[in-house]
Amino acid sequence: MSQASPAPKKEREKSPLWDAIREHIRTCMQCGTCTGSCGSSAAMDFTPRQLWRMVQLDLQDEIFTSRTFSLCSSCYYCTLRCPRGLPLTETIHTLKRLAAARGFTGKEKGTRFYRSFLKTARRYGRIREMELMTRYFLAMKDPILPFGFTPLGVKLLRKGKISPQIPRLSGPGKLDAIFRKVEELEAGS
Amino acid sequence: MRYLYYPGCSLEGTAVEYDVSTQAVMTALGVELQEIEDWTCCGASAAESVSDLLSRALPARNLALAEQMNPGGDIVIPCSACYLNLRRVEVQIREDEALLGKLNAALGEEGLSYHGGTRSRHLLDVLAKDIGAKGIQDRARRSLEGLRVAPYYGCQCLRPYGGYDDPQQPSSMEPLIEATGAEVHPWTMGAKCCGAGLMTTKKEVAVELTGAILRAARGADCILTVCPMCQMNLDSYQGVASKAQGDDLTISVLYLPQFLGLALGLSGRDLGMGSNMALTPALRTRLDV
Repeated sequence: MSQASPAPKKEREKSPLWDAIREHIRTCMQCGTCTGSCGSSAAMDFTPRQLWRMVQLDLQDEIFTSRTFSLCSSCYYCTLRCPRGLPLTETIHTLKRLAAARGFTGKEKGTRFYRSFLKTARRYGRIREMELMTRYFLAMKDPILPFGFTPLGVKLLRKGKISPQIPRLSGPGKLDAIFRKVEELEAGS
Repeated sequence: MRYLYYPGCSLEGTAVEYDVSTQAVMTALGVELQEIEDWTCCGASAAESVSDLLSRALPARNLALAEQMNPGGDIVIPCSACYLNLRRVEVQIREDEALLGKLNAALGEEGLSYHGGTRSRHLLDVLAKDIGAKGIQDRARRSLEGLRVAPYYGCQCLRPYGGYDDPQQPSSMEPLIEATGAEVHPWTMGAKCCGAGLMTTKKEVAVELTGAILRAARGADCILTVCPMCQMNLDSYQGVASKAQGDDLTISVLYLPQFLGLALGLSGRDLGMGSNMALTPALRTRLDV
């Protein structure tokens, strides 16, 4: 009688965002049209159809450690063709937000690129491509990474399409007020 | 005809020739473009992956400025990602009053407010529907007969919004191309994705998508695009894609207004042709640019 019971299965994380994702996918009937429409599916560890089944089955750990949703290029082909009319591309974006919020993809290239992008937008109001890439390289802390972009950078510099800019890392930003208010509103909701 | 104009960040940098040629062509067609004063970034595809509300607030700021300048006016947007972002806010606030309230709370920090009085339109929509083949034909000064052109639409000018063309088998560029005297390259890649931002973060995947498009365009003298991201992937990564496929995939890639501008008698200089990353010497000679 005093035999120790097995450790309880890890409690699934609950969150309104995750609930919203599951609600969106509830009526998926696993036809696979999304996978057939996806240009990136061949490079994914789980195809889009498998991803949606995993959502239905609440397999959060498997989903957030897979590379499936980070390979979405937002082409909206699956959304257009889904016979159930499910908002698949938007749900992928929600998955990206949730993954970033839970720290699953903190070292992930996509997340760091998005954050570098928004920092540049917040500071200047508009994107300055050279600065965006500088911020991205700094965030990735990978000394080899910039060399992959050197041939393109040289071509763009030669065409006068970009100019070297040193990122200004402190001081007020053009869109500070809106960014701050949005953070406040999102924290309150 | 008069429109508000939202160029977006790329058109100030890597897509400067898209801005130059859009403005030159509109002027040649007698259309006035009024740039939205103090416009800022739409958030591109980055904001949506970080904050839902921010991805609506950044475009809303520009819509509010546009509404202030010309209530009820049409906004012309050449970049497909910008178009999608601005258009989405217009569509969503019609169904979601709470969202509009939140957006106005954020915009209020800058003394701005938005009431839904704008209509965002992609440049392709305006060229195809408002100008049309006849508008080009009437003002054409030069025939581009003998050229074979592959119209590439990409994704976000068609999906999930659009409405002016078929989102899977688009054809709105074809009458415009034919109006210049050129011939349309028949292919099925017009609405397939180029990989977009994956070129920065998952290069090997994007290079494959881009390579398939470049290969299918073989036989055409050039590809036409209507998006800075598509243009960048198709023109700047030809070397990488050729290497990956073990085949020479070199081809000229122009923005649609650059091509139409040539038919309207504008010079290569007027159309920013010096900034193109992929313009073969053969096509340069043929077009005299």
